[in-house]
Amino acid sequence: MKKFAWGCALAFALASGAAQAQTVKIGVVLTYTGVGAEFAQQIDRGMQLFLKLNPEAFGPCRPEIVRRDAKNPGGADAKTAAQELITQDKVDIVTGVIYSSNAIAMEPVITAAKKPFLIMNAGTAWITNLSPVIARVSFSMWHAGYSLGEAVVKTLGAKTAVIGYTDYPPGKDSLVAFKAAFEKAGGKVLDEIPMGGPGAVPDFTPFFQRAKDRKPDVFFVFVPSGDHAVAVVKTYHALGMRQAGIRLVGPGDITPDHKLQQMGNDAVGLITMHHYNADLDNPVNRRFVDAWRKEWGPGATPDFMAVQGYDGMAAIAHAVRANNCRVTAENFIAALRGWKFDSPRGPIMIDPATRDIVMNEYLSEVVRVGDRLVQKTLAVVPAVKDMCKELKVDRCGK
Amino acid sequence: MDIASVLLGGCAAGMVLFIVSVGLSVTMGLMGFVNLAHGGFAMLGGYTMVLAMKHAGLGFGAALALAFVAVAALAVVLERTLYARLYGAGELDQVLFTIGLVFIMIPAITLAVGPETQTVPLPGWMRGETDLGFLRYRTYSLVVIAVGVLLVLALWLGFERTRFGARIRAAVDNRRMAASLGVDVGRLFTVTFGIGSGLAAVGGGLGAEILGLDPNYALRYLAYFLIVVAVGGLGRIVGVFYAALLIGVLDFLLKIHFPKGGTMFIYALTLVLLLVRPQGLFGKRGA
Repeated sequence: MKKFAWGCALAFALASGAAQAQTVKIGVVLTYTGVGAEFAQQIDRGMQLFLKLNPEAFGPCRPEIVRRDAKNPGGADAKTAAQELITQDKVDIVTGVIYSSNAIAMEPVITAAKKPFLIMNAGTAWITNLSPVIARVSFSMWHAGYSLGEAVVKTLGAKTAVIGYTDYPPGKDSLVAFKAAFEKAGGKVLDEIPMGGPGAVPDFTPFFQRAKDRKPDVFFVFVPSGDHAVAVVKTYHALGMRQAGIRLVGPGDITPDHKLQQMGNDAVGLITMHHYNADLDNPVNRRFVDAWRKEWGPGATPDFMAVQGYDGMAAIAHAVRANNCRVTAENFIAALRGWKFDSPRGPIMIDPATRDIVMNEYLSEVVRVGDRLVQKTLAVVPAVKDMCKELKVDRCGK
Repeated sequence: MDIASVLLGGCAAGMVLFIVSVGLSVTMGLMGFVNLAHGGFAMLGGYTMVLAMKHAGLGFGAALALAFVAVAALAVVLERTLYARLYGAGELDQVLFTIGLVFIMIPAITLAVGPETQTVPLPGWMRGETDLGFLRYRTYSLVVIAVGVLLVLALWLGFERTRFGARIRAAVDNRRMAASLGVDVGRLFTVTFGIGSGLAAVGGGLGAEILGLDPNYALRYLAYFLIVVAVGGLGRIVGVFYAALLIGVLDFLLKIHFPKGGTMFIYALTLVLLLVRPQGLFGKRGA
């Protein structure tokens, strides 16, 4: 009888264990309120759209999403959110994260708990070097920065540049990346101007005035996407820098798709390097944009963050399924090494060596077609790796 | 470095600071009431203007006038129902009350309008650059400077040349003496508070293109508004004007030459100034 009772208990334990394993808890940390709220919405909708369009992606496993607000780029709230997700909600995977400062603050907590950490935005290059539990489906600032540094010399024939950047880790990253490639290609950087922090949109006039006075061929600007970008384009136009013969270039953050129409004619002629824009002409992207408009209204436009949310959920689904719904940091990351996916941004892969993404970069120019602004692809740089790790610059060489 | 463009850029920012801060200076001088929610009124003005332009199709000038009227009316209501209860209270109570008001305004705006920065749909002629003959400069900055100069003149005339202005000046200098001479200081304050908050609204609307406009506006620029008042002196229109221009130009200059943390010097200078001249650069001793 006693044996029978033990057997029952064991069977019950096994059965409930198996039932629990069916559910995979995914903790999402995004700035759902405050200055980063619009970005969070893009990523969150991207994740939702993937689940909606691919209901079978998780196979027998049932994904359960737990959302937490990171509130601001400060790091402290994001760290608390990660802590609560792990200790209270007992999540299996931590993901999301708009700001690098937040990812950097969250990393020690997640590493200590031995959970996988999939980054869907935070682009400071060296973040993936912090811990072996991290993989990134978004980008590193070097992807666009380095590619653009080469392209402005080779494609636009620029010889001199001034760099303006928002003063926080990805801004400095972008600066170093652009400068490295630009100088290697024979260009000369005349000035580097820090332009306030990411928490609030500053008055850009004095910084742009300084750039204008240096009379460079191109003015490379890195600012967080969104409202900063709108202000940059406005100030560039208001100070007559285009008429002064200075071209504004930058990563695609300065032409976010959902703000582009709002920028109006001021944006025409902007040259950007980025891994996605909503006008990319490939079948996967056309389907993606159509589904987006159907879901969130005809006026809605997905931007690069939306695609990162979409691809991020695809990566999670793949890794969860490959491990039969039971993920650990090791097997999750192992499943993602070398993972390939046909994304709306073109073919992507997680670099087996660095756990960072490999993808195309698109050089585009904003042009007017009818009454809409459209990003026209000028050139494609295929299969770009994070050059910071390739060249082992400072912290990216570990 | 082109001195003219630095002066123009700094003056435009300074004008916005002046328009927002002048009301704060007068109401603080009148009642000794520290209204930290003043920047909040400027923010509400900015939102009123932008929303009226975007959704009601109002022109720039009309929307700005609407912002003045709407915020002034709201301020008078708040003054009668809430502020008036705290005139006898200690400074800490007043500060806590007004900062609390700001913390209500910020999420209220986030909830009602959203967290994003509002862009001002400027009319075509205000965009781009204007040729001044000796220099081409941002048209909008020139518009702001022109409006600022007109407002200073109007305020100065109203303050120095009208009976109403004389009453305010008298009450700022010595409230009890003014009251004993038959000036209804309470009513004077209500009216001044309304006008001052309305002016803040105009500053918020006019400055939205330059300083930006989002729910955190009320706190972000609060320190600057207070510095302008502290440097300019309480209840001194001309003093506040010079102080605002000084800080606008200084801030612009520091951002150009020390983009990294240059604004630190402004706070340091204010600190030194207040140690040496606690009544401000243009204030009267013992005012």
